[in-house]
Amino acid sequence: MSSARDQILGSIRKSLGREALAGEDAAKLHEKLARPPRNLIPDRTDLDHDGQVGLFKDKLVAAACSVSEVSGMDQVPKALSEWLGRENLAARVIQSPALAADLDWSDTPTLEVKTGMSDGTDETSITPIFAGVAETGTLMLQSDASLPTSLNFLPENHVVIVRENQIVGPLEDAWARLRTARAAESGETMPRTVNLITGPSRTGDIEQKIQMGAHGPRRLHVILVRD
Amino acid sequence: MDSTSKNFKANSRRALDDSTLQRALGNIKTGFQEKRRQVTSELPEFEALRDQGRDIKNHVLANLDFYLERFEEKVVENGGVVHWCRTPEEARKTILDIAKTRNAQTVTKGKSMVAEEIGLNDYLEENGIEPVETDLGEYIIQLRHEPPSHIIAPAIHVTREQIAEDFRKHHTDLDPERRLETPQDFTDEARAKLRDRYFAADVGVTGANFLIAETGSTVIVTNEGNGDMTQLLGKCHVVIASLEKIVPTLEDASTILRLLARSATGQEMSVYTTFSTGPRRAKDLDGPEEFHVVLLDNGRSAMLGTEFQDMLRCIRCAACMNHCPVYAAVGGHAYGWVYPGPMGAVLTPSLIGVEEAGHLPNASTFCGRCESVCPMRIPLPKMMRHYRTREFERDLGSPRVKSALKLWAGLATRPKLYRFATGIVMRVLGALGGKAGKFKSLPLAGGWTKVRDMPAPQGKTFHQLYAEKKRVA
Ligand code: SF4
Repeated sequence: MSSARDQILGSIRKSLGREALAGEDAAKLHEKLARPPRNLIPDRTDLDHDGQVGLFKDKLVAAACSVSEVSGMDQVPKALSEWLGRENLAARVIQSPALAADLDWSDTPTLEVKTGMSDGTDETSITPIFAGVAETGTLMLQSDASLPTSLNFLPENHVVIVRENQIVGPLEDAWARLRTARAAESGETMPRTVNLITGPSRTGDIEQKIQMGAHGPRRLHVILVRD
Repeated sequence: MDSTSKNFKANSRRALDDSTLQRALGNIKTGFQEKRRQVTSELPEFEALRDQGRDIKNHVLANLDFYLERFEEKVVENGGVVHWCRTPEEARKTILDIAKTRNAQTVTKGKSMVAEEIGLNDYLEENGIEPVETDLGEYIIQLRHEPPSHIIAPAIHVTREQIAEDFRKHHTDLDPERRLETPQDFTDEARAKLRDRYFAADVGVTGANFLIAETGSTVIVTNEGNGDMTQLLGKCHVVIASLEKIVPTLEDASTILRLLARSATGQEMSVYTTFSTGPRRAKDLDGPEEFHVVLLDNGRSAMLGTEFQDMLRCIRCAACMNHCPVYAAVGGHAYGWVYPGPMGAVLTPSLIGVEEAGHLPNASTFCGRCESVCPMRIPLPKMMRHYRTREFERDLGSPRVKSALKLWAGLATRPKLYRFATGIVMRVLGALGGKAGKFKSLPLAGGWTKVRDMPAPQGKTFHQLYAEKKRVA
């Protein structure tokens, strides 16, 4: 008796009226997968880099993020501390291990800083991103040994650091960067998890009224580093 | 899930008389329709993207075997397992076996229509495993022991007063006098209740909006973040998906993503679009230890090459039901199975058979709005007509019946005439049927009523009831 797998594939081929693809037909598809062609990309990101940064900020706000700008990574701890104050949040944060080497917290002594993954009790996390997509104000984050995914979902508030040169126009440009970066590093295209995040968590399940903070973060704050 | 699709008419009549339901359904217009209109008007390329979305899926369907094999290869390369399942039984059993291997007590679930299709929750419960729905809407209907009534807003038929009652009944550890009025009250309570469940779960089951052949990734698109916690915090991530969810590349997924959220909720992007590829990597700090993809056929491979193949392009955005006057009048439960609205009227008979659901395609005014908003350009009205023809061609009895039905089918495709003619027929039948409530024989369809009783029309057609309701509303 043939396996369920063979039967399903057999049934597909029978319905399509052909055998398994071979020769040139198969080669064409392999080529498509090896070098994925781009489809239509909306014009709206057809801007110079400054224009894309502007679009990115507008789209973040449209997606209900807040944004603050600083001129260098050394300004990030102060910007975070100010934002926590403005939002009336506790002066505590958990940072991804990936940030430990980049951020110097010595100027914000009242801020309690932990490093690691979230156990679900943290109020606020701070993480880097991989790319910012101007087209829709979308943040691309990847998982890695120093980038636990739990920091993107469990805390009530998620703060991300976006460096200006991480901002790209359309989503396709972010994929292109990911492919290049990972080919250099490990060879596989995808890490375990890639999150595309556009605004804070929400639900419309109670009478279609939008409510923030359904399971994931209620607030998503972006610190844009223009260095 | 068992179907009551046969009773569409009776279900509809009940729905039209249910004032709570009618109030809940009233939110659709201001919600989904208006938001979709707004967001699509801000993207000049939207129509061209619809053409491309259609072409991508047509290309996938023509090469489905190739892309499925390639997807499996990539999943395995990344340390995951693919389980091929022909039937709902096989899929349920596969998931139960995975759960048992891990001695699972609870299974958390992200929203999945395919899980509904295979009746996963009931099956797990029967086998001593507690399924925990984590999407707020799904959680609410799980408390109410109801099926979803909409494919992206499963609790759209429930009012907040009803939810308050359910929460008080089930969350007995909380102060019975607490306030449950604003959407925030409900959201916060469910958030707190579900937090611990994610961590305690042995297995997290999610659906998939896409499977990517290029990379072996599965993709979920959500707004709440519950699906992400389900797949991140469970020790084992099980993805259940039907065959046609495949797309070739990340670029192709990106194109369809531009259509999906705009058509569904009127957002440019949903909040969370997450690509999962295999189990956690050697040095990762979090993520599941196992990754399984359960691939379900359940009749889809046989739809290829038929006049219903186009239905397999569906991306489950719900635009068709959000713009359907029949759905807006009767809600999702009237359709009697998992998939309601125009997409359900076509898909349900394809999946569970014409015997069960062959007359769902009649639940249409043929206004064409579903096709005009469908991002994948699925010719829904045309396929509903195919089903009418099929139902007619099935062995329905004598040539006389056939010609009578042919007349009716001809009428049915001309809405004005149909309303006029069936109005007359129904008035006559209503009088004939009287108080008995059921017909033993029907002048036009003797062969049909020989095998089943037909509910007596109440002297009014569905369209008339619907028009009256609209007037009072
Ligand atoms: S049939 Fe079209 S409009 Fe309806 S859910 Fe499917 S893709 Fe969306």
